[in-house]
Amino acid sequence: MASALINVPKRAKRGEIIEVKTLMSHIMETGYRHTASGEVVPRDIVTSFVCRYNGVEIFRADLFPAIAANPFITFFTVATESGKFDFEWIGDKGFAETASASIVVE
Amino acid sequence: MRTLEQTSRRRFLGFAGSTAVLGAIPIVTVRPVEATPAMLATAIRNVVGEAPVRTGKVKLDVPPLVENGNTVPMTVSVQNAMTANDYVKSIHVFNEKNPQPNVGNFYLGPHAGRAQISTRIRLADSQKIVAIARLSDDSFWSATVDVVVTLAACTEEVI
Repeated sequence: MASALINVPKRAKRGEIIEVKTLMSHIMETGYRHTASGEVVPRDIVTSFVCRYNGVEIFRADLFPAIAANPFITFFTVATESGKFDFEWIGDKGFAETASASIVVE
Repeated sequence: MRTLEQTSRRRFLGFAGSTAVLGAIPIVTVRPVEATPAMLATAIRNVVGEAPVRTGKVKLDVPPLVENGNTVPMTVSVQNAMTANDYVKSIHVFNEKNPQPNVGNFYLGPHAGRAQISTRIRLADSQKIVAIARLSDDSFWSATVDVVVTLAACTEEVI
Protein backbone atom coordinates (compact mmCIF):
# COMPACT_ATOMS: atom_id res chain seq x y z
CA MET A 1 0.00 0.00 0.00
CA ALA A 2 1.07 3.49 -0.64
CA SER A 3 2.87 5.34 2.05
CA ALA A 4 4.11 8.84 2.63
CA LEU A 5 7.27 10.32 4.01
CA ILE A 6 7.01 13.78 5.52
CA ASN A 7 9.77 16.00 6.78
CA VAL A 8 8.71 19.04 8.80
CA PRO A 9 10.83 20.56 11.57
CA LYS A 10 9.52 19.51 15.00
CA ARG A 11 10.21 22.93 16.48
CA ALA A 12 10.47 26.36 14.97
CA LYS A 13 10.63 29.96 16.09
CA ARG A 14 7.58 32.11 15.39
CA GLY A 15 7.91 33.73 11.99
CA GLU A 16 10.66 31.39 10.85
CA ILE A 17 10.53 30.15 7.25
CA ILE A 18 10.50 26.37 7.30
CA GLU A 19 10.88 23.83 4.52
CA VAL A 20 8.30 21.08 4.13
CA LYS A 21 9.43 17.96 2.26
CA THR A 22 6.98 15.30 1.12
CA LEU A 23 7.32 12.02 -0.69
CA MET A 24 4.47 9.75 -1.69
CA SER A 25 5.13 6.22 -2.80
CA HIS A 26 3.39 5.85 -6.16
CA ILE A 27 4.20 4.32 -9.54
CA MET A 28 3.11 7.42 -11.55
CA GLU A 29 2.37 5.31 -14.65
CA THR A 30 2.36 7.80 -17.51
CA GLY A 31 -0.16 6.16 -19.82
CA TYR A 32 2.31 6.44 -22.69
CA ARG A 33 4.08 3.13 -22.19
CA HIS A 34 3.30 -0.09 -24.02
CA THR A 35 3.68 -3.71 -23.06
CA ALA A 36 5.70 -6.06 -25.28
CA SER A 37 2.43 -7.12 -26.94
CA GLY A 38 1.63 -3.53 -27.84
CA GLU A 39 -1.12 -2.72 -25.34
CA VAL A 40 -1.07 0.69 -23.73
CA VAL A 41 -0.49 0.62 -19.98
CA PRO A 42 -3.33 2.76 -18.59
CA ARG A 43 -2.45 6.00 -16.86
CA ASP A 44 -2.20 5.81 -13.08
CA ILE A 45 -0.83 9.00 -11.53
CA VAL A 46 -1.31 11.26 -8.56
CA THR A 47 -3.13 14.27 -9.97
CA SER A 48 -3.28 16.61 -7.03
CA PHE A 49 -1.53 17.36 -3.78
CA VAL A 50 -2.72 19.69 -1.04
CA CYS A 51 -1.13 20.81 2.21
CA ARG A 52 -3.14 22.43 5.00
CA TYR A 53 -1.67 24.12 8.05
CA ASN A 54 -4.16 24.08 10.92
CA GLY A 55 -6.94 23.62 8.40
CA VAL A 56 -5.90 26.44 6.07
CA GLU A 57 -4.65 25.51 2.62
CA ILE A 58 -1.06 26.74 2.22
CA PHE A 59 0.11 24.79 -0.81
CA ARG A 60 -1.49 22.96 -3.70
CA ALA A 61 -0.08 21.26 -6.78
CA ASP A 62 -1.53 19.79 -9.98
CA LEU A 63 0.64 16.92 -11.12
CA PHE A 64 1.02 15.50 -14.62
CA PRO A 65 2.64 12.32 -16.01
CA ALA A 66 5.88 14.30 -16.32
CA ILE A 67 6.32 14.08 -12.54
CA ALA A 68 8.68 11.23 -11.67
CA ALA A 69 7.58 8.10 -9.83
CA ASN A 70 7.20 8.53 -6.06
CA PRO A 71 6.36 12.23 -6.31
CA PHE A 72 8.71 14.28 -4.17
CA ILE A 73 7.57 17.82 -3.52
CA THR A 74 9.14 20.42 -1.28
CA PHE A 75 7.98 23.92 -0.49
CA PHE A 76 8.27 26.57 2.20
CA THR A 77 5.95 28.16 4.69
CA VAL A 78 6.12 30.53 7.65
CA ALA A 79 5.76 28.92 11.07
CA THR A 80 2.96 30.97 12.59
CA GLU A 81 1.61 28.83 15.41
CA SER A 82 1.86 25.35 16.88
CA GLY A 83 -0.36 22.82 15.23
CA LYS A 84 -0.70 20.30 12.50
CA PHE A 85 0.11 19.98 8.82
CA ASP A 86 -2.31 17.80 6.88
CA PHE A 87 -1.27 16.41 3.52
CA GLU A 88 -3.54 14.89 0.92
CA TRP A 89 -2.77 13.14 -2.35
CA ILE A 90 -5.49 12.33 -4.87
CA GLY A 91 -4.99 10.36 -8.04
CA ASP A 92 -6.31 8.04 -10.74
CA LYS A 93 -8.18 4.82 -9.94
CA GLY A 94 -9.58 6.32 -6.73
CA PHE A 95 -6.18 6.89 -5.18
CA ALA A 96 -6.44 8.94 -1.98
CA GLU A 97 -3.88 9.13 0.77
CA THR A 98 -3.40 11.42 3.73
CA ALA A 99 -0.60 12.12 6.16
CA SER A 100 0.03 14.64 8.88
CA ALA A 101 2.85 16.16 10.88
CA SER A 102 2.84 18.38 13.93
CA ILE A 103 4.97 21.37 14.77
CA VAL A 104 5.69 23.30 17.95
CA VAL A 105 6.18 27.01 17.41
CA GLU A 106 7.89 28.93 20.19
CA MET B 1 52.13 41.73 -43.46
CA ARG B 2 51.92 39.19 -40.65
CA THR B 3 50.56 41.69 -38.16
CA LEU B 4 47.97 42.86 -40.64
CA GLU B 5 46.72 39.34 -41.15
CA GLN B 6 46.52 38.77 -37.38
CA THR B 7 44.51 41.90 -36.90
CA SER B 8 42.03 40.95 -39.56
CA ARG B 9 41.64 37.49 -38.10
CA ARG B 10 41.07 38.97 -34.68
CA ARG B 11 38.53 41.34 -36.13
CA PHE B 12 36.84 38.52 -37.91
CA LEU B 13 36.65 36.44 -34.72
CA GLY B 14 35.36 39.39 -32.79
CA PHE B 15 32.69 39.98 -35.38
CA ALA B 16 31.78 36.27 -35.52
CA GLY B 17 31.56 36.19 -31.73
CA SER B 18 29.26 39.17 -31.50
CA THR B 19 26.92 37.81 -34.17
CA ALA B 20 26.82 34.47 -32.33
CA VAL B 21 25.78 36.31 -29.16
CA LEU B 22 23.12 38.25 -31.03
CA GLY B 23 21.86 35.04 -32.58
CA ALA B 24 21.66 33.36 -29.18
CA ILE B 25 19.37 35.99 -27.61
CA PRO B 26 16.08 34.89 -29.22
CA ILE B 27 16.72 31.36 -27.95
CA VAL B 28 17.29 32.48 -24.38
CA THR B 29 14.34 34.85 -24.04
CA VAL B 30 10.96 33.23 -23.61
CA ARG B 31 8.50 34.47 -26.12
CA PRO B 32 5.88 31.73 -26.29
CA VAL B 33 4.89 33.11 -29.68
CA GLU B 34 8.26 32.15 -31.11
CA ALA B 35 9.47 28.91 -32.58
CA THR B 36 8.47 26.71 -29.63
CA PRO B 37 6.24 23.78 -30.62
CA ALA B 38 2.54 24.58 -30.84
CA MET B 39 1.52 22.37 -27.91
CA LEU B 40 3.89 24.14 -25.56
CA ALA B 41 2.66 27.53 -26.73
CA THR B 42 -0.96 26.45 -26.28
CA ALA B 43 -0.33 25.09 -22.79
CA ILE B 44 1.32 28.36 -21.80
CA ARG B 45 -1.54 30.39 -23.32
CA ASN B 46 -4.02 28.33 -21.28
CA VAL B 47 -2.33 29.56 -18.12
CA VAL B 48 -1.33 33.12 -18.93
CA GLY B 49 -4.11 34.04 -21.36
CA GLU B 50 -3.25 37.14 -23.33
CA ALA B 51 -0.94 38.57 -20.68
CA PRO B 52 2.68 39.20 -21.68
CA VAL B 53 5.30 36.86 -20.24
CA ARG B 54 8.53 38.60 -19.29
CA THR B 55 11.88 36.96 -18.77
CA GLY B 56 13.44 37.30 -15.33
CA LYS B 57 12.78 36.97 -11.60
CA VAL B 58 12.40 33.22 -11.99
CA LYS B 59 15.29 30.82 -11.44
CA LEU B 60 14.95 27.31 -12.84
CA ASP B 61 17.51 24.84 -11.55
CA VAL B 62 17.80 21.67 -13.59
CA PRO B 63 21.03 19.84 -14.32
CA PRO B 64 22.07 20.79 -17.89
CA LEU B 65 23.14 17.22 -18.63
CA VAL B 66 20.85 14.44 -17.44
CA GLU B 67 21.82 10.78 -17.56
CA ASN B 68 18.45 9.31 -16.63
CA GLY B 69 15.34 11.14 -17.78
CA ASN B 70 13.16 9.16 -15.37
CA THR B 71 14.08 11.28 -12.37
CA VAL B 72 15.44 14.75 -12.90
CA PRO B 73 15.64 17.00 -9.85
CA MET B 74 14.19 20.42 -10.48
CA THR B 75 13.97 23.54 -8.33
CA VAL B 76 12.10 26.69 -9.23
CA SER B 77 12.62 29.80 -7.17
CA VAL B 78 11.19 33.25 -7.69
CA GLN B 79 12.84 36.45 -6.58
CA ASN B 80 10.09 37.99 -4.48
CA ALA B 81 9.68 39.46 -1.01
CA MET B 82 6.57 37.34 -0.31
CA THR B 83 4.69 40.03 1.62
CA ALA B 84 0.92 40.30 1.98
CA ASN B 85 0.71 42.70 -0.97
CA ASP B 86 3.44 41.34 -3.21
CA TYR B 87 3.75 37.59 -3.48
CA VAL B 88 3.92 34.69 -5.91
CA LYS B 89 0.53 33.19 -6.65
CA SER B 90 1.63 30.19 -8.64
CA ILE B 91 4.47 28.52 -10.48
CA HIS B 92 3.83 26.59 -13.69
CA VAL B 93 6.34 24.30 -15.34
CA PHE B 94 6.19 23.24 -18.98
CA ASN B 95 8.29 21.15 -21.32
CA GLU B 96 8.70 20.99 -25.04
CA LYS B 97 9.00 17.37 -26.13
CA ASN B 98 7.31 15.08 -23.58
CA PRO B 99 4.00 13.62 -24.81
CA GLN B 100 2.23 16.29 -22.73
CA PRO B 101 3.44 19.89 -22.42
CA ASN B 102 2.50 20.28 -18.74
CA VAL B 103 4.80 19.21 -15.93
CA GLY B 104 3.14 20.69 -12.86
CA ASN B 105 1.26 23.65 -11.43
CA PHE B 106 2.16 24.77 -7.94
CA TYR B 107 -0.01 27.22 -6.01
CA LEU B 108 1.55 29.27 -3.24
CA GLY B 109 0.46 32.27 -1.26
CA PRO B 110 1.85 35.14 0.82
CA HIS B 111 2.28 32.72 3.76
CA ALA B 112 4.90 30.68 1.91
CA GLY B 113 7.71 32.95 3.09
CA ARG B 114 9.95 31.86 0.27
CA ALA B 115 8.79 31.30 -3.31
CA GLN B 116 10.60 28.09 -4.01
CA ILE B 117 9.50 24.58 -4.90
CA SER B 118 11.38 21.40 -5.72
CA THR B 119 10.29 18.16 -7.30
CA ARG B 120 11.55 15.42 -9.59
CA ILE B 121 10.41 15.27 -13.18
CA ARG B 122 10.58 13.02 -16.23
CA LEU B 123 12.07 14.07 -19.54
CA ALA B 124 11.41 12.10 -22.71
CA ASP B 125 14.09 13.84 -24.75
CA SER B 126 16.69 16.57 -24.75
CA GLN B 127 14.55 19.66 -24.66
CA LYS B 128 13.62 23.03 -23.32
CA ILE B 129 11.92 23.47 -19.93
CA VAL B 130 9.98 26.61 -19.13
CA ALA B 131 8.98 27.82 -15.68
CA ILE B 132 6.44 30.63 -15.38
CA ALA B 133 5.54 32.44 -12.19
CA ARG B 134 2.34 34.40 -11.64
CA LEU B 135 2.72 37.22 -9.17
CA SER B 136 0.00 38.81 -7.07
CA ASP B 137 -0.27 41.71 -9.54
CA ASP B 138 -1.05 39.09 -12.24
CA SER B 139 2.20 39.70 -14.09
CA PHE B 140 3.98 36.66 -15.51
CA TRP B 141 7.71 35.99 -15.37
CA SER B 142 9.58 33.12 -16.85
CA ALA B 143 12.86 31.24 -17.12
CA THR B 144 13.93 28.71 -19.73
CA VAL B 145 16.57 26.01 -19.49
CA ASP B 146 17.83 23.62 -22.16
CA VAL B 147 18.50 20.12 -20.91
CA VAL B 148 20.37 17.30 -22.64
CA VAL B 149 18.99 13.86 -21.74
CA THR B 150 20.95 10.66 -22.39
CA LEU B 151 18.37 8.06 -21.32
CA ALA B 152 14.83 9.07 -22.16
CA ALA B 153 11.79 8.47 -19.95
CA CYS B 154 8.09 7.74 -20.53
CA THR B 155 8.16 5.78 -23.75
CA GLU B 156 10.12 2.64 -22.95
CA GLU B 157 8.45 -0.77 -23.07
CA VAL B 158 7.14 -2.52 -20.00
CA ILE B 159 8.36 -6.07 -19.74
